[in-house]
Amino acid sequence: MKFVIIKYNAGNIQSVSFALERLGIDFTITDNAEEIMKADKVLFPGVGEASTTMAYLRDKKLDQVITNLKQPVLGICLGMQLMCKYSEENNTDCMGIFGESVKLFIPKDNLKVPHMGWNNLTLSSGWLDPAIENQFAYFVHSYYVPVNSYTSAITEYINPFSAAMHKDNFYAVQFHPEKSAKTGELVLKSFLKV
Amino acid sequence: MLTKRIIPCLDIKDGRTVKGVNFVNIRDAGDPVELGTLYAQQGADELVFLDISATNEQRKTFASLVRDIARHINIPFTVGGGISSVADVAPLLEAGADKVSINSAAVRNPNLIDELSRAFGAQCIVLAIDARKIDNLWTVHTHGGKNPTDKKLFSWAKEAQERGAGEILFTSMDHDGTKSGFANDPLGKLYEMLQIPVIASGGAGTKEHFIDAFVLGKADAALAASIFHFGEVKIPELKSFLKSKEINVRMN
Repeated sequence: MKFVIIKYNAGNIQSVSFALERLGIDFTITDNAEEIMKADKVLFPGVGEASTTMAYLRDKKLDQVITNLKQPVLGICLGMQLMCKYSEENNTDCMGIFGESVKLFIPKDNLKVPHMGWNNLTLSSGWLDPAIENQFAYFVHSYYVPVNSYTSAITEYINPFSAAMHKDNFYAVQFHPEKSAKTGELVLKSFLKV
Repeated sequence: MLTKRIIPCLDIKDGRTVKGVNFVNIRDAGDPVELGTLYAQQGADELVFLDISATNEQRKTFASLVRDIARHINIPFTVGGGISSVADVAPLLEAGADKVSINSAAVRNPNLIDELSRAFGAQCIVLAIDARKIDNLWTVHTHGGKNPTDKKLFSWAKEAQERGAGEILFTSMDHDGTKSGFANDPLGKLYEMLQIPVIASGGAGTKEHFIDAFVLGKADAALAASIFHFGEVKIPELKSFLKSKEINVRMN
């Protein structure tokens, strides 16, 4: 299997590649469109700010490449948010794979923003290993995708939000599987099996 | 529900953990990767690695150690020690660290917090504050607690938040090493006045002390070193105990 991590200015590429290494997966890190299109599976990581990252992806035409992929693609954190239609983070138009808008958490009841730390997952459908139900994953984010028809796991913080999503060949998680201990490994293994 | 975090702290000198470590189930207690991996397996929620190497030359090798840690450890970790510029931080984050902690350099040059926060995001900037009570005022100290400064804990923590720090790691020097419990009063006050998470540090001696830090001190996380290294408090037992006392923690 040919596994590709999309190379761009995402902060967590090193951690994601180490996580794949620990699972014994061979992969290539590349921003070459042809190589990405030829891969069996594609991982789209992300730590950073939405507008500068989208501008970078557009400049490299990677937004078109990602949107048109037919093989399984996994977006992580900002990667998941950029797969949505729009983000409130600096009013950014994103790729629109998922028709949802990404919203800023409004602090409530002494709950701080960013949402940072370990929180539990409630599965609502499909691709994630059932053993993940109610397990904890590591989150760091100030923006969230509301629960929608593509939501495959829900986490509650200030309000319930999409911890994972799935539509056609596109998969996405808001948390960091590369930093989520055994639960994270199960999530990556779930993606390997789709 | 977001959980309270338990954070073991490892002091690193010349690439090895220092302070005594008393483990039977680990081959080499001096190897930070092996010790960190063990803590991660035991259910630690994050790790902190502080480089206390004396010379810059030795510090340069720290980034390669950070890379080795990131390669083996599947939970988030913070690194710190001697960080004083954007150029110091970039290689540590690129190597796979999730956050960096800054201390003395930020006291000397508070703008460092703004610069780091702008360059890397608030979520990865931890401001560590070492403070002790002098004439009833919590006075900030630098250089591992050696030098008192003009800064006071509460105003400095507030300023750091405004400048873009993502978390405060507060060590009470009055409690550190005493094993008599965390500094719950100032922790509670920090909770009231800040919007960013606070990590309690200094004074852990028993499992009950963690309850107090979370309930009385309202801390988001609690950090300890020697009680974990010497196995006086074991992480799995600590977490089961916290859970039995209805503190929300991650069980694995």
